[in-house]
Amino acid sequence: MREINVSELSDAVCKLFIDANYYIPEDVAGSLKKALERETSETAKEILKIILKNHDISASEKMPLCQDTGVAVLFMEIGQDVHFSGGDFEKAIAEGVRKGYSEGYLRKSMVGDPVMERKNTGDNNPPVLHIKIVPGENVKMTAAPKGGGSENMSEVRMMKAADGTKGIIDFAVDRVKRSGGNPCPPVIVGIGIGGDFEQSAILAKKALLRRFGERNADQKYAELEIEILKKINELGIGAMGFGGETTALEVFIEHVPCHIASMPVAININCHAARHKEIIL
Amino acid sequence: MSKIHKIKTPLTDDIIKELRIGDTVYLSGIIYTARDAAHKKLVELLEKGEKLPFDLKGAVIYYVGPSPAKPGMPIGSAGPTTSYRMDPYTPILLRNGLKACIGKGNRGQDVVNSLIENKGVYLAAIGGAAALIAKTIKNAEVIAYEELKAEAIRKLTVEDFPCTVANDMYGDDLYKKGVEEFLKTKK
Repeated sequence: MREINVSELSDAVCKLFIDANYYIPEDVAGSLKKALERETSETAKEILKIILKNHDISASEKMPLCQDTGVAVLFMEIGQDVHFSGGDFEKAIAEGVRKGYSEGYLRKSMVGDPVMERKNTGDNNPPVLHIKIVPGENVKMTAAPKGGGSENMSEVRMMKAADGTKGIIDFAVDRVKRSGGNPCPPVIVGIGIGGDFEQSAILAKKALLRRFGERNADQKYAELEIEILKKINELGIGAMGFGGETTALEVFIEHVPCHIASMPVAININCHAARHKEIIL
Repeated sequence: MSKIHKIKTPLTDDIIKELRIGDTVYLSGIIYTARDAAHKKLVELLEKGEKLPFDLKGAVIYYVGPSPAKPGMPIGSAGPTTSYRMDPYTPILLRNGLKACIGKGNRGQDVVNSLIENKGVYLAAIGGAAALIAKTIKNAEVIAYEELKAEAIRKLTVEDFPCTVANDMYGDDLYKKGVEEFLKTKK
């Protein structure tokens, strides 16, 4: 059994959200650079150059890449031999969010009531937590601040088995087409297939965390990822929606078993500022 | 061929009529920030016939909720938010003197029509280029609805704020034409 004081969680959460918001992951920046190399539209080239320049400014000035520093989405894998001590687990996470968003000069984007009052909670709490218990005594935390503009272009559809891969391709391509310039393309498309209604959506979000260039381990799904990416880029939406070669940088599919009657498919869109940062305690 | 315009606020019909989709605009002067919550309040004031916190005549509204300013800086990161959410409010603002709004993503047909009727433009800034855009903002002051925090109305002084004409007063739409023109080159 390993004992971890919850204050360690607060400190880690604070740093993760600050770092995620200041520094773009290398694989994402690399993918944008490749997109610039193969771009044929002059407008899209200029936009991609500005996006890359923005990465340099945010990193050197230690300021957020994007003003929308997101909902504080946190994926945790907790070893079953870990015991948290020293206080309330969820309060410690919330304290980390509060501290990170305050000390990092990150925007507080959460309202306390979604419909009626919509008053800002003032500290970007509450976070959205996804917890998995795994063997061992490590704690893996991945902060994935998620902006509203791309999140709003996401969708869950309860499809039929008969819809098959064609149905999934059409849904994904149509979802990106209808989104146009709204989600800040070039986007990353996370697709969660299977499970039930809510699990498909969580899978879609989790898919967005995958390292660029890595494909689904199952060859059939890997091929589906490549086919969807190709079709999306044939739309010609391009950077910020003004026309161009690259509408999506990556398509990632995660799949799990599902009910005999169902084929849930969730599509979670991420903007080009695909921010995430991981730590293992 | 797209042009580059350096223009100063407040905007006039003479300035607006020169702007065509795809043109680059470097904006200098005063612009005002407003997004979802502030738009709702502005339109409520107009409907009640009350005075707005700023003069709409020739004004430019930027759809942004900036991140907080670090000490010694006028503002934090300040890129555009998605514009369609402001579509229900934009025509009444245009009828009352607004000349341009800045955001990202395409606009609904009501806004496109209202830009034609009221001689206005919709300008697109680059989403996610928030640190770079912040460099063009020289001063920021909250002038209304401080309780809305990031969504409060701010008066910004900008210098060569970069944007692209996405909808002009002639009814053209860069989101449609840009993609159409690009796809033609692929045939």
